[in-house]
Amino acid sequence: MEKMTSPYKWGMVVDLDRCTGCGACVVACQAENNVAICEKKEIAEGRDMHWLRIERFWVGEYPDVRVRFLPVLCQHCHDAPCEPVCPVYASYHNPEGLNGQVYNRCVGTRYCGNNCPYAVRVFNFYDHEHSWPSPLNNQLSPDITVRSRGVMEKCTFCIQRIRRAREGAKAEGRLIRDGEVQPACAQTCPSEALVFGNMADPQSRVARLSRSPRSFRLLEHLGTHPSINYLKGGGREHV
Amino acid sequence: MSEHTEHTLAAKSAKQLNDEMLSSMQPPTRRWYLLVAVLAAVVVWGTLAFAYQVMTGMSVTGKNRPVMWALYITGFVFWVGMSHSGTMVSAILRLSQANWRRPILRAAEAMTVFSITVAGLFPLIHLGRNWTFFYLLPYPNQRGLWPNFRSALLWDVTAITTYLIGSSLFLYLGMLPDLAIVRDRASGWRKKVYAVLAMGWRGSAREWIVYHKASTLMAALIIPVAVSVHSIVAWDFAVTVVPGWHSTIFPPYFVIGAITSGVAAVITLMIIIRRTFHLEEYLTPQHFDNMGKLLLMICLLWSYAYFVDVNITWYAHEPIEWEVFSFMAGKYTPLLILMLIGNSVLPVAALCFKKVRRSIKAMLAITILINICMFIERFLIIVPSLSHKNMPFIWHTYSPSLVEVSVNAGALAGFALLYALFVKFFPIMAVSDVRELGVRHADIELGRAKMHSITGEE
Repeated sequence: MEKMTSPYKWGMVVDLDRCTGCGACVVACQAENNVAICEKKEIAEGRDMHWLRIERFWVGEYPDVRVRFLPVLCQHCHDAPCEPVCPVYASYHNPEGLNGQVYNRCVGTRYCGNNCPYAVRVFNFYDHEHSWPSPLNNQLSPDITVRSRGVMEKCTFCIQRIRRAREGAKAEGRLIRDGEVQPACAQTCPSEALVFGNMADPQSRVARLSRSPRSFRLLEHLGTHPSINYLKGGGREHV
Repeated sequence: MSEHTEHTLAAKSAKQLNDEMLSSMQPPTRRWYLLVAVLAAVVVWGTLAFAYQVMTGMSVTGKNRPVMWALYITGFVFWVGMSHSGTMVSAILRLSQANWRRPILRAAEAMTVFSITVAGLFPLIHLGRNWTFFYLLPYPNQRGLWPNFRSALLWDVTAITTYLIGSSLFLYLGMLPDLAIVRDRASGWRKKVYAVLAMGWRGSAREWIVYHKASTLMAALIIPVAVSVHSIVAWDFAVTVVPGWHSTIFPPYFVIGAITSGVAAVITLMIIIRRTFHLEEYLTPQHFDNMGKLLLMICLLWSYAYFVDVNITWYAHEPIEWEVFSFMAGKYTPLLILMLIGNSVLPVAALCFKKVRRSIKAMLAITILINICMFIERFLIIVPSLSHKNMPFIWHTYSPSLVEVSVNAGALAGFALLYALFVKFFPIMAVSDVRELGVRHADIELGRAKMHSITGEE
């Protein structure tokens, strides 16, 4: 096990039994993180900018058809394939287990995007910097860079919220409490399918949930050691 | 070199030999100007397309998520591959003292230098923010930041720079005595320029001894560099976790592919030079026969490597690897079939016959086809793997845009332009090497006896 250099290891649990596929997390993420608004054409070209997507799968044959949802966001891997391939350290790992992205260091080789098996890295093919139609530009978050054309971006686990909570906790001379900070997607999820917290604290809700027998990780066989645990859905169905 | 050629070489005077072999450096004809103008126009077109991309963004290419590399990286791998052979063939033949290499040397070495120059441009062209390319270079800066040497792209930068410097030196070193010949024949300001370039070469015995040692040493040194360069390019793909890319056979397979495309390109250029400058007496069917044998062997090797790569994918039947292969074979069937015919079936079958190897027209057709197919091969390695990566929900296809095609056309024209200029300003035949052979084989008269003049170890 690697040496702990921080009391935090941020992680998430996604309960697939609870996910209804409503897409509120996608919208919340977009509003929180200045994620660019894309035209229909850009989405058709495969150039949408969502940091979080709901994958929808149809299971079974008609008439016994069920739909399954799989929310996929950056898995914040502990052995992230995107990190070593970046020639300029724009993609790096921080001590809290977050997979960071330095926008103004990124030169846009897109190597990280190729090597991400989850394909959650999105590239600014278009100039989105000035593309917020008025008055939407007034609601851009001042905490977050508006990414320029030609750089890679991705889910940060709402790092700005983590930073703010840490400053508050530091002022009071304590650690961040469980549930004190959560990213926009988890905050918005009506069915509480997304739970965020400190995996390094065995008593945190996220750590307890991750010990469920239903727990699995996406593409675990690739050895990326993701920070996100999924709880298997499907209940009693045998499909 | 065939007996016939040696005989003609021995029969001709030194001046005649120089005149013929340096005929490419005569004042340019109208056709040469026309060629240069056309090539320059295509280069300008490609540059404009690139400028448009810089101003507008990567949206003008056909790339998307997850196909984030496509025709630019195809071009990059293709040109690096092409550059592979020139120096390598020349160095191996020099070390193995194959005398028939002599008239081919220069053309092959120049090809290497120009194609690696063109290849080196692609990684810069494909950046999302081209204007920050210097972040990739290890230069002292106030941030105290160095580039990430764990990244295969940094290995690329290092390898290509090394190869560019090495192969330029190799080309230049081999050209020194010929530059001196050109200097002696030139007049006016040209004489001054060539005098500087020839670095005061006088042709003394000592100079020749040093020269021979240096060129043997360079030849021995450049081979490992050449092999490592293309291995490193293969690592760009092999070190990833992308299905279809992550393969241990990639480095040797890429090296073999590179030699295939390089040898084919050398033959194509030999044919063009021979025809343009009437060097039929120097580049004989014997040369094409030998190069054809080399190409045959390398095509067999390539076929074997490709078979191993695909066979193991098929046998293991790992779901995602197999998905990538079936997608490639399904969506790009015509390209795949063309590639297999052009790289493997046709050359292997045809080059077995001496008649084909000695036929200039057949060799031209085969070698051009091989290089078209090598471009396709690179495309089929890069794009289908990215299209169908691990997450089926966002599989996406790719089609090249006009900008990407234009930049690639510009690269081809740029290579041809550099070559056309080189041919005009520098000796394209290794004059002193060829003449050395002529002298070695000529009979000399000692009194009444006629003796073979070979003095060295042959």
